[in-house]
Amino acid sequence: MLAYAIRRFGQSVFVLVLMSFLVFIGVYAIGDPIELLVNPQADEVERVRAAAALGLDRPFLAQYWVFLKGAASGDLGRSFVYNEPALTLILDKLPATIELAFVAMVMAIGLGIPLGLLAGLKPDSFIGRAIMAGSILGFSLPTFWVGLVLIMVFSVQLGWLPSNGRGETMMVAGLPVSFLTADGLAHLAMPAVNLALFKLSLLIRLTRAGTREAVLQDYVKFARAKGLSQGRVIGVHVLKNILIPIVTVIGLELGSVIAFAIVTESIFAWPGSGKLLIDSINQLDRPVIVAYLLVIVTLFIVINFVVDVLYSLLDPRVRLGGAAASH
Amino acid sequence: MSGGPLLQVDGLRMHFFTKAGVVKAVDDVSFTVGRGEILGLVGESGSGKSMTGYSILGLVDPPGRVVEGRIVFDGTDLTRLDPAAWRGIRGNRIAMIFQDPMMTLNPVLRIDTQIVEAVQAHSGVSRESALARAREALVRVGIASPDERLRAYPHQFSGGMRQRVAIAIALVNGPDLIIADEPTTALDVTIQGQILFEMQKVCRESGTALLWITHDLSVVAGLADKVCVMYAGRFVESGPVADILDRPLHPYSRGLIDSVPARNERGQPLRQIPGMTPSLLSLGPGCPFRERCSSATPRCAESPEVTEPSPGRRLRCFHPAR
Ligand SMILES: Nc1ncnc2c1ncn2[C@@H]1O[C@H](COP(=O)(O)OP(=O)(O)OP(=O)(O)O)[C@@H](O)[C@H]1O
Ligand SMILES: [Mg+2]
Repeated sequence: MLAYAIRRFGQSVFVLVLMSFLVFIGVYAIGDPIELLVNPQADEVERVRAAAALGLDRPFLAQYWVFLKGAASGDLGRSFVYNEPALTLILDKLPATIELAFVAMVMAIGLGIPLGLLAGLKPDSFIGRAIMAGSILGFSLPTFWVGLVLIMVFSVQLGWLPSNGRGETMMVAGLPVSFLTADGLAHLAMPAVNLALFKLSLLIRLTRAGTREAVLQDYVKFARAKGLSQGRVIGVHVLKNILIPIVTVIGLELGSVIAFAIVTESIFAWPGSGKLLIDSINQLDRPVIVAYLLVIVTLFIVINFVVDVLYSLLDPRVRLGGAAASH
Repeated sequence: MSGGPLLQVDGLRMHFFTKAGVVKAVDDVSFTVGRGEILGLVGESGSGKSMTGYSILGLVDPPGRVVEGRIVFDGTDLTRLDPAAWRGIRGNRIAMIFQDPMMTLNPVLRIDTQIVEAVQAHSGVSRESALARAREALVRVGIASPDERLRAYPHQFSGGMRQRVAIAIALVNGPDLIIADEPTTALDVTIQGQILFEMQKVCRESGTALLWITHDLSVVAGLADKVCVMYAGRFVESGPVADILDRPLHPYSRGLIDSVPARNERGQPLRQIPGMTPSLLSLGPGCPFRERCSSATPRCAESPEVTEPSPGRRLRCFHPAR
């Protein structure tokens, strides 16, 4: 287990370095941030001075080397635009995004697995077909369109829910969260539903497919032949088996829900990190872009690690580190 | 306890209602199993043996349905029971073992969980006493170091060991009847012999009746008291094992017996029944075997009635062998 963790850590560092290099090249290729940062009327002397102050006068590889050295000691550089540490900027905004993503994911899981089970157990019933039809809609309607419709109906027409911001927050462990106050919940409801819809549809389909396959297996028939109750057959024998792929997908989707909450955040003016990224790309604020992507990749890596550990707990045939099963 | 046979299956029909039409997987099959008796249910692949077994346990899945017939177990017609009462009999008084031991145990649950749940489904005993019974059952089927084995997962066992575990699960509640659906087919020959021997021993000791489903007549010869032969979902003939093997009356049973390799003369090509099993979808009335039968006459286009050519023997054929 320890050897496995060390190997995974080594791989992760490699991925992070490679990623940062690619982003560096990418941003370098797009354009020169000096053009955007310095007043167009400024003279050549001014430009050179600004470039030197930001370290942009050095050759590309030298710039990258400076970044790597800083990163090794936890310093991901200062924003060109705000002149603040890039990491601080991101960590300020990230909790709002993570809260939104988590609430969306909890909704998707809490509804998706039961509905998927139901649809998988009764695929030909009215309710089974209705669930599937709903999930097709959830898959195919674009997120921004659903977001706008939600606002039109619940904010503009009915006036039930606020259409932007986080609302009243409460401090938990030093971080502001919305879901503990009534006003915060009202603000959270629509963006979370909007973000959850696609994942919900995905989980319904995944659970349904897994269930349909599992109920045909001999071990389910054998469990029934033992005289177990329907509840135990479904809740233990079927569920524990289909949970294996579901946990994997949930892990992967959790990362992507954080990374791609951008559309939802823009529509509902949710003050998360997605908006920060869009602004930074517009202004070629390279330290923030690089730092943002590094933070997201780190999140992915951590989540994947947790998923692997969970996976080995769920499936006795999987042992971390690839040790062969004893006979 | 009633005075009659332990299990009496009478005119059982189990059909699949598919989009392509009605598949008559079991079509008028009758047999009885006495207390402590071993009945071999024999037929080719697809002849409806497994579906007969599932029907007895009420485990038929849609689009399949038992459409007719009585399944009288110890004086009660199971088909008239409500689902909860039927569930109370499954795994408790009638247990079942399946063909493929690699598939029957749940891969993500430990062996102790899988045995203990079978005990606790039918009695309110504590986990400790359920575990003690699980341990005892493992010992009975010849599993060494049962305590260690109880904490293992199925993937840590070989095929033969897994089948022993499945048998232990079937035995754990002391059933009156075990339906064994080709439990040795997927195993290699030495293990097959061991399991067969132990199964027989355990059932004789505890007076458990066996319904042994197989396509292999040589297995039945050494194991069963009585044989029931099925073809294309229909009853063919039944009787004491020695009578059927020595003097099969139905041309299909005769063909089956002649195609067992051991009975062929050495150096002779293996004999087999010519032709193919008919599709159950397009099967009309009349004897389903007539297309492949050398004794068939135009009369065979009608369904023959079941007759009793001698005490204890039943037959469905117009032209029994002499
Ligand atoms: N879901 C289903 N829909 C339609 N027909 C089915 C279905 N399941 C089984 N059948 C049919 O029922 C018939 C009987 O199947 P059954 O499994 O009882 O045969 P079997 O005698 O046990 O054969 P084997 O020796 O191969 O196990 C088969 O011909 C099969 O085609
Ligand atoms: Mg079968």
